[in-house]
Amino acid sequence: MKLNRRNFIGSAAAVSATLSAPMVMAAAHGRPKVVVIGGGAGGATVARYLAKDSKGAIDVTLVEPTRSYYTCFFSNLYIGGFREFSSIGHTYGKLAADYGINVVHDWAIGVDRDAKTVTLAGGGTLPYDRLVLSPGIDFKDGAVPGWDVTAQQKMPHAYKAGSQTQLLKAQLEAMPQGGTFCMVAPPNPFRCPPGPYERVSMVAHHLKANNPTGKILIVDPKPKFSKQGLFQEGWANHYDGMIEWVGPDFGGDKVEVRPDMMEVVIDGEVTKVDVCNVIPAMKAGKIAEIAGVTNEAGWAPVHAATMASKADENIHVLGDSSHQGDMPKSGFAANSQAKVAAMAIRGALTGSKVFPAKFTNTCWSLIDTDDGIKVGASYEATGEKIAKTDGFISKTGEDAALRKATFEESIGWYDGITSDMFG
Amino acid sequence: MFDFKRLAMIAFVTCFAQPAAANHTDGDVKRGEQVFKKCRSCHKVGEGATNRVGPQLNGLYQRGAGSVEGFKYSASMLRAGADGLVWDHVSLDTYLENPKSLISKTRMNFRGLKDANDRADVMAFLRQFSDDPSDIPEAAPTRIGTDHAVDPEILALQGDPEYGEYLSSECVSCHQIDGADTGIPSITNWPIEDFVIAMHAYKDKKRVHPVMQMMAGRLSAEEIAGLAAYFEKVGQ
Repeated sequence: MKLNRRNFIGSAAAVSATLSAPMVMAAAHGRPKVVVIGGGAGGATVARYLAKDSKGAIDVTLVEPTRSYYTCFFSNLYIGGFREFSSIGHTYGKLAADYGINVVHDWAIGVDRDAKTVTLAGGGTLPYDRLVLSPGIDFKDGAVPGWDVTAQQKMPHAYKAGSQTQLLKAQLEAMPQGGTFCMVAPPNPFRCPPGPYERVSMVAHHLKANNPTGKILIVDPKPKFSKQGLFQEGWANHYDGMIEWVGPDFGGDKVEVRPDMMEVVIDGEVTKVDVCNVIPAMKAGKIAEIAGVTNEAGWAPVHAATMASKADENIHVLGDSSHQGDMPKSGFAANSQAKVAAMAIRGALTGSKVFPAKFTNTCWSLIDTDDGIKVGASYEATGEKIAKTDGFISKTGEDAALRKATFEESIGWYDGITSDMFG
Repeated sequence: MFDFKRLAMIAFVTCFAQPAAANHTDGDVKRGEQVFKKCRSCHKVGEGATNRVGPQLNGLYQRGAGSVEGFKYSASMLRAGADGLVWDHVSLDTYLENPKSLISKTRMNFRGLKDANDRADVMAFLRQFSDDPSDIPEAAPTRIGTDHAVDPEILALQGDPEYGEYLSSECVSCHQIDGADTGIPSITNWPIEDFVIAMHAYKDKKRVHPVMQMMAGRLSAEEIAGLAAYFEKVGQ
């Protein structure tokens, strides 16, 4: 359906809101309540937009276990030495003080969809009219034989930013001269499609300066990967001979790890490595599964126009956890989806105008100093999914000035999106 | 079809984007000869110049696009010529800035001259080899501005700032709402008309940035007007 601002669906939303109660109750029994679980690009953004745009008419609670949130995007740049760790850390002070959001630092461990309450590990219970789940990713058990979360100190995933990222960087810095850094790359779909390959670029950048005889081995179950031509061109230009990529044709899909021995077994052949970054297959963050809104593949199907769960109209799922269609799992995408969800939720709870959903994504990656690339697309909501409408990607052979401008653009974007998330 | 009004508009858009370079259309022939080194491996100009990888460039000004005898052009270039595209200061400036934005499947494998001064200089150099160098740029007082040649209906649209505010949530994933401009330009507090012209220039792929071409490409004229209305006042 094609909508414009003259036939927006605000009135329809208001009717459904009355049916599901809160509008009338809002006047009599206090403000409608939205609980948001997860304080990343999806959760922080939806909380901020709900609070900001409803001007206090909606009671917003944000549940996030950590007090300092480290963004996964740009965490590779920390590994490469381009960012300080502190520069990717953010707190929730402004969301609480400037926007009146109740920020609760706790784990959500249960969702009662009939009673419409969330249970917290600390013992509390939060009632909601609408619940937003934006818990990011978890790893599938047994995805990489020999690896489970108890092995993450020896073989870090570093795919949730924080101490894991610091650990991986420390291991990289301690790697013996001429040693091997191995990455076990994940199968599709996964968070941040160019992420593993940007990380390899950043590791190579570090090695080139500090450990020039060091090697990088990528074991990959996928026959191709995001921005492959651009990365491989960049690796040949900057890190010639340092990076070996083993795809499924050569056993990249038949890998086992032995964390105690620091061994990687590729199609039966044992390789000794010095650092091993295992990024296992992923699924939606656990609370989505607990809430019962995930499918067999482990992701939460949603309606494109509202990001509402197909299993429960009072629950919205954002970002990496959602199964929505054509958008990649990225912080940019989660931030974009959050704004659409915030608009839909406000429309339902307060009768505000609902405009047609529009989504965008851009993923920047850094290959080496001042060599930035990007890929992006725009999307719209159809009856079935979030569908791609247009897109672009950096070209191979671009000149240095354009690549530098692309990198600088990514720094501007980081400042933009983090202000959009955290105020 | 080529919309020559739009083309004309772009020249002005370029001007207002870089007001400091207001005199760039005057061009420096000597410097232009240096810039032309980038073109020389494919294009010949001057006495006895023949077609090489690219067509010879004598008599370029006022020549129809794709019209040099004996040169094998792309279908895109031939179509542009058939549609009436003629090389003059404005069309060349647009083409040289980003060839593929004007002739999408041109065989000219050249990323373009991003610097308006480079373009002006190389055009000044090339103009010497045209018998009738017509369409020499306008005088300074009239060539800069934002009210030229944009479809008046587009400029007359009254944007809805509330709609603009909703749409703006896509912009502020990258552009900072407080007007900071590190890496990504500030878009706050622009005059409405400048904002509208710039966005339509992206929408029509005359301005070159791929993200912005995509973003603007799916916005209607009404939506652009809404954004312009919202961003003009934001933070004030």
